[in-house]
Amino acid sequence: MTGTYLGMPAFPRAAAGSTRDARLRANLTHATHTIRDKRARAVAELDDWAQLRAAGAAVKDRTLLRLDRYLEQLEAAVVAAGGRVHWAADAAEANRIVTELVRETGEREVVKVKSMATQEIGLNEALEQAGIRAYETDLAELIVQLGEDLPSHILVPAIHRNRAEIRDIFRREMGRWGRPAPEGLSDAPAELAEAARLHLREKFLAAKVGISGANFMVAETGTLVVVESEGNGRMCLTLPETLISVVGIEKVVPTWQDLEIFLQLLPRSSTAERMNPYTSTWTGTVDGDGPRTFHLVLLDNGRTDTLADSVGRQALRCIRCSACLNVCPVYERAGGHAYGSPYPGPIGAILTPQLRGLAGPLEESLPYASSLCGACYEVCPVAIDIPEVLVHLRERVVEGGPGVRRGARVVLKPAKGHAAERAAMRAAAWAFDHPGVLRRGMRLAARTRGLHPRRLPGPGRAWSQDRDLPVVPPESFRDWWRRTRGGSSGQPSRGEGDAG
Amino acid sequence: MSSRDVVLARVRRALAEVPRDGGPGGAGAGAPPLVRDYRRVHGARTTAETVELLAENLAEYRASVHRSDAAGLPALIGRLLAERGARRVVVPRGLEPGWLAEVRAEVVEDRAEQTARELDAVDSVVTGCAVAIAETGTLVLDAGPDQGRRRITLVPDHHVCVVRVPGQVVGSVPEALPRLVPGRPLTWISGPSATSDIELDRVEGVHGPRTLEVVLVEAAGAGGAGGG
Repeated sequence: MTGTYLGMPAFPRAAAGSTRDARLRANLTHATHTIRDKRARAVAELDDWAQLRAAGAAVKDRTLLRLDRYLEQLEAAVVAAGGRVHWAADAAEANRIVTELVRETGEREVVKVKSMATQEIGLNEALEQAGIRAYETDLAELIVQLGEDLPSHILVPAIHRNRAEIRDIFRREMGRWGRPAPEGLSDAPAELAEAARLHLREKFLAAKVGISGANFMVAETGTLVVVESEGNGRMCLTLPETLISVVGIEKVVPTWQDLEIFLQLLPRSSTAERMNPYTSTWTGTVDGDGPRTFHLVLLDNGRTDTLADSVGRQALRCIRCSACLNVCPVYERAGGHAYGSPYPGPIGAILTPQLRGLAGPLEESLPYASSLCGACYEVCPVAIDIPEVLVHLRERVVEGGPGVRRGARVVLKPAKGHAAERAAMRAAAWAFDHPGVLRRGMRLAARTRGLHPRRLPGPGRAWSQDRDLPVVPPESFRDWWRRTRGGSSGQPSRGEGDAG
Repeated sequence: MSSRDVVLARVRRALAEVPRDGGPGGAGAGAPPLVRDYRRVHGARTTAETVELLAENLAEYRASVHRSDAAGLPALIGRLLAERGARRVVVPRGLEPGWLAEVRAEVVEDRAEQTARELDAVDSVVTGCAVAIAETGTLVLDAGPDQGRRRITLVPDHHVCVVRVPGQVVGSVPEALPRLVPGRPLTWISGPSATSDIELDRVEGVHGPRTLEVVLVEAAGAGGAGGG
């Protein structure tokens, strides 16, 4: 990944700052709790959710294990349908390709659909250096861009901004880039949406080049799928003459039929709707309808390194729904920016260190940005066992071991000096400041007693050689206290709602 | 070595330890079986109940739902456009001419030369659809002759979409996909455009048509509930 978030401090330090931001926490708590409950209702409507989830995971796993074959099939299908396919090994190459493609059109402005992949590679910054202005058209991305801010949530990048802040940003900034905000703009969400509609309509009508990502690519047909709500995606995908889609190689699915799984899993997990307002699918180019030129840029940028790790590769199943963010007690308190990448929350804690490698203090600290409570795994529509990968990555941080960086096999050293310990202790200190997080972590420790080793791995081995590790009691003191102090009920009062 | 070769070689190296047995479905031996034991459709419904569910779900996502028989359709379309105050209406070239018999507004045909700015000066659009999905309240347009280019249902602020019931209605997403042609550009529409980007509060109407009116028209002879 590139320097979108260059210079971000390691997670505990960033979180220490953001958790003291009362407004940020209030915005986040309100938003995540709202969507969390809605999602649970949307999922409960389908009594075959478990089967859909298993099938979604299986399709993704089976595709990943033959990824080369499906990428070649996809490429052939896209080309046959009139598209051009480019391959980018890393962010710099993807940015070069896109910049060159935009230059060939002679245009200096492009409109963009919200895309995690282009955030990951820092495309807007690269285009800006080449004198090309990229206009974000998703409402939340617009808020982030106008506020010269960073996104903090996969689905709702401006989740950290409340309506009054958004009104202020619109009033202050819209006029610099085009049609100013209407006089007397209030902070009513409908008025703010109307202001965005008017501001962006001018951009859409004039746009000659659109840039998108994709939620899915179908290998057998060469079809790309974009799932959205606002219609800005449709604008960018159909009005410009040239469309450039930058898509991670893990987004491929084998068959058209496979969409029947993901188009049920994604909307309910993401926006908690039966179906999102708009889904667009296109296959190459069509005469007289939509862009005349279509480029697909297939992006690696650390994905093949992730694929090489037999435990960690399940992170590549991710369909970017953001359900794991919305249930995470750590995300709720720390906010998205603390994760130092476009991928915040539990999925970011396993994706970022793998895509970038355990390359520095931020990446080394991310696997510790979790209480291992397991809520993320429960809600994941493709059953990514995020706690399993977190523990696996912690082991890599502490012990080192084999890995792959930019396609080359490397042996990772244990995190330098006591960095690993420091990272762990900082995370622990942070957890002790946050009783809800600690409580969940302790419960997990108690429930997983059977899995605890008798000897410490890695640097701790010598210490534990002649000592027995203390056995984790079946119930934490906190739980015991909560259960017994009333004296009447023998039931521990636990539930998903008691994160505070 | 091209970047294509680099990436594909990296993939193959990453999967070097995965047996390449090429069994059914062609996945590696380590892959879990793919079992499609999820439902084709959720719940048992009569045809009439499926249409009713479509109407309910469309309405829940803030589309206005109207019903008509074939004979009443032109009057209903004329009324919806008049109530909207539409002065210019764009229509796809293959729309049944009879549907527009009672339209008083100026009718503009969908043409390749039409610019987005010209479309921006149009008030409403009237189309058919390819498939409608009851469980999700979704209309699927496939750019067919009675649906036109994708942009005509995008730029105008008011979309009147006619669904032939029960023939065009399916129960579920798994039932819809086999009826669609992947090579055609598809637009799946579930209610008017919306955003939840401000404090996760749903607001209808951002860039696409802010008003979506769906007319469920009974096939000729099947009888109907009349307009409204």
